[in-house]
Amino acid sequence: MRLEKRNHTSPAAYVLAPVSAVVFTLLVSALLVLWAGAPVGQTYALLLQGAFGSVFALTETLTRATPLILTGLAAAVAFRARLFNIGAEGQLYAGALAAVAVGGMHGGTGLEWSPYVLFPLMMLAAALAGAALLLGPALMKARLGVDEVVTTLLLNFIMLLLVSALLDGPMKDPLSMGWPQSVALQGDLELSKLVPQTRLHTGLLWAVSLAVMLWALLARTVPGFDIRAAGANARAAAFAGVPITPTVVLVALLSGGLAGLAGAIEVAGRTSYVTLDMSPGYGYSGIVIAMLAGLHPLGVIAAGTFVAGVLVGADSMSRAVGVPTYIADVIVATSLIAVLVAGLLTQYRVRWK
Amino acid sequence: MTELLDILANPAFWIATLRVATPLILGTLGVLLCERAGVLNLGIEGIMVAGAFTGWLTVYAGYGLWAGVLVAALTGAVFGLLHAWLTVGLALSQHVSGLGITLLATALSYYGYRVSFPKVNTPPTIEPFAPMEWLGVPILSAQTPLTLLALLLVPLLAWVLLRTPLGLAVRMVGENPQAAEGQGISVAATRTGSIVAGSALMGVAGSFLTLSAFNAFFFNMINGRGWICVALVVFASWLPGKALLGALLFAFFDALQLRLQQAGDAWLPYQVYLMLPYLLSILALVLVARKAAYPQALMKPYRKGER
Repeated sequence: MRLEKRNHTSPAAYVLAPVSAVVFTLLVSALLVLWAGAPVGQTYALLLQGAFGSVFALTETLTRATPLILTGLAAAVAFRARLFNIGAEGQLYAGALAAVAVGGMHGGTGLEWSPYVLFPLMMLAAALAGAALLLGPALMKARLGVDEVVTTLLLNFIMLLLVSALLDGPMKDPLSMGWPQSVALQGDLELSKLVPQTRLHTGLLWAVSLAVMLWALLARTVPGFDIRAAGANARAAAFAGVPITPTVVLVALLSGGLAGLAGAIEVAGRTSYVTLDMSPGYGYSGIVIAMLAGLHPLGVIAAGTFVAGVLVGADSMSRAVGVPTYIADVIVATSLIAVLVAGLLTQYRVRWK
Repeated sequence: MTELLDILANPAFWIATLRVATPLILGTLGVLLCERAGVLNLGIEGIMVAGAFTGWLTVYAGYGLWAGVLVAALTGAVFGLLHAWLTVGLALSQHVSGLGITLLATALSYYGYRVSFPKVNTPPTIEPFAPMEWLGVPILSAQTPLTLLALLLVPLLAWVLLRTPLGLAVRMVGENPQAAEGQGISVAATRTGSIVAGSALMGVAGSFLTLSAFNAFFFNMINGRGWICVALVVFASWLPGKALLGALLFAFFDALQLRLQQAGDAWLPYQVYLMLPYLLSILALVLVARKAAYPQALMKPYRKGER
């Protein structure tokens, strides 16, 4: 088997590739549904209904999509520059902790800041905390050649242990009845609801606007060009005068900052305090979402909504027909691999000989 | 200080160290073999989960313990074949393919567990490997045959990689695939074989946890051990002997932190001790980075006739 570069790719192929990948995924997953002894058609119908079938389902999906879009953007901008940031999970927690640390000054400790001052400070602190956690690995990669995949991954474990230590100690809510959770944010620092009586909050608007801003930055500005050039070929980019170290720092700030914001927005929009299980792996899912989106910031919005829909839909489907919720993770993982292969086939044709 | 000496003088400590090291040795050898052929395999975390699950399920279904190990190896090999097809056949990003395989293998294992045992709260148990008391060697006699297997695989892999024509072929496709192709070595076949064999080792590494260290399958039981193996390979400069050393060193600190915690030094939160092995891994990576001799073609896809 060998691959031959296509001279021409029809525009239809770009649309057809992800669609056929999702169809393939659903066919493969159908076998697993059958194994669980459930009717395939009904299972998928319930999954779709549970994700998008009602106003409530849709708001739940979009609530779940909000942190996923942000971590997806974090992965997309880093991967564009070939900085393989696998540490968004830890950066998310760093952001959440920073948000509570700054926001927690409000009220109890005697400082009475206006929420209009404190809220931006809180978000800034979260973004900086996330960025700081990535800056170390990014500089170690640029200066010492330390593989960032491993260092950012290991920092996730360290960060979670740090959160655990802080929630057991200095940052523990004394009124939490012994649960490891932080003090709750004051109500005036929380994001308002987008749809009354649901959990959907204005964080979604943040996520979408940040996606548009990131797209504009990458597509329309000089630093955006530098990021893409450094990713395409670092040596050629350096030769052409792209400032490599500043670009790496910028990417770390953007990527870690977005992941940190994901944590702060989860706290301000949904949980109001930090717990050890506030993220069921949003940082890792962000990597999948970025890949599904072809690293395109606007595609991340669609991919994040798709993954959130599968996760939320699987929850309600599982309650109805008893197919384990892990089917959602199988669907997400399979579609990632299928999208990669489909994307490749738009660029290359396979010759069997 | 006396506490530390007490811990070090206790054979139970060294027994624990070797036990903790065993899955790391097997996994690190697996990653090492893939990387020597030029392919990063981040699928290890998921492949270890899958090996732990299928190995345990085989024994639970009534087949022997060694059948469980074999099935775990086969499971690893199947995922390795998928990784090889994606990274060698289709030349997709090795990072992304590996992460995809980790997600897929983990999700499939958890799904399979839940479908097989829908209403179970306490995990069903099996009779795991017994210690090799007949061996009569201190510390080693307290281990199970899988530990002996791991220890024997170190010199075996070192010999094959560094002293045989097969090993030369593997190293060549990892260093300079063009030159290897020129020598009549099939880059695709050599890489695929290395990935499949390396992934089989990862599957066995996972099965150690369910068939030897514990007697049941738990969610999150691999808990980052696979990623540690990826770090250990860099620490080991891609040499099996140093991989053994690295795994033992890591396990030493892991076993030590557990005992220091139990010794009740309450002035540090227990999470700090748990962080130690991860912090040391990062430190080790930084220290060896300067002279790290990455296989030259690592992470570079090879397409015949393309440069």
